[in-house]
Amino acid sequence: MNLRRDVFQAIADPTRRAILLLVASQAMTAGAIAANFNTARPTVSKHLQILTECELLKQEQNGREIYYHSNAKKMKEIADFIEPFRQMWDDRFNKLETIMKNYQPKK
Amino acid sequence: MELKTKINAEEGQQYLTITREFDLPLELLFKAHVEPEIVEQWMGTKVLKLEGKKHGGWQFETTDAKGNVVFRANGVIHEFVLNQKITRTFEMENSPFAVQLEFLEFEQLTDSTSKINMHIVYKSIAHRNQMLQLPFAQGLNMAHNRLQNVVSKLK
Repeated sequence: MNLRRDVFQAIADPTRRAILLLVASQAMTAGAIAANFNTARPTVSKHLQILTECELLKQEQNGREIYYHSNAKKMKEIADFIEPFRQMWDDRFNKLETIMKNYQPKK
Repeated sequence: MELKTKINAEEGQQYLTITREFDLPLELLFKAHVEPEIVEQWMGTKVLKLEGKKHGGWQFETTDAKGNVVFRANGVIHEFVLNQKITRTFEMENSPFAVQLEFLEFEQLTDSTSKINMHIVYKSIAHRNQMLQLPFAQGLNMAHNRLQNVVSKLK
């Protein structure tokens, strides 16, 4: 699995979550987004690239500028569907791992 | 935060995959899926029946503090290959959800790590999405009253 395209990997990062919040209400250029962070511009670009690759952000060309806006459909998909289901399995598997680490074979 | 369990549910498809890597040898990962008393612990449900063999069957049941059954599911095991794979059906009893088909593949990564790949096929895209929308409790220690709510809504 290509990690970069993994939506959950994408939203696991705090900066990327902040970017998603920023563009939730309005489309923004990469420059405008970067201005909100104390991070180097290329780092923000990298985050934007990851978010775009997993379709959480959509790019829109407006004249010379590229605007980023959030893909509501994809966001809703995560919120409504998969995340609770994923967490349920994650919790189950975490438990499985803990139990089996302490497992003593019966004699 | 690293997400250990990954779910891939492509839009427009009636299946999904769940993958997870474990810090456990393959044999222990597999054992956790076939020993009833171990399954009970991590699945958080009582195991009424679990026959780890081809043509075997399984049945799980969860009861609330008063002993009322709040969840019961069963299925048939179609393929059973030690430390490799289990193919089984999954059906929630007393619910409108259609039976689903589950392909569990177990893989050794190193001597001490392993991986599971679950491929779950639903009757239709709508069935898959409905199943995902069930208000699953966040984890195994499902509050029984919450589960009760889920089940009573299905009736």
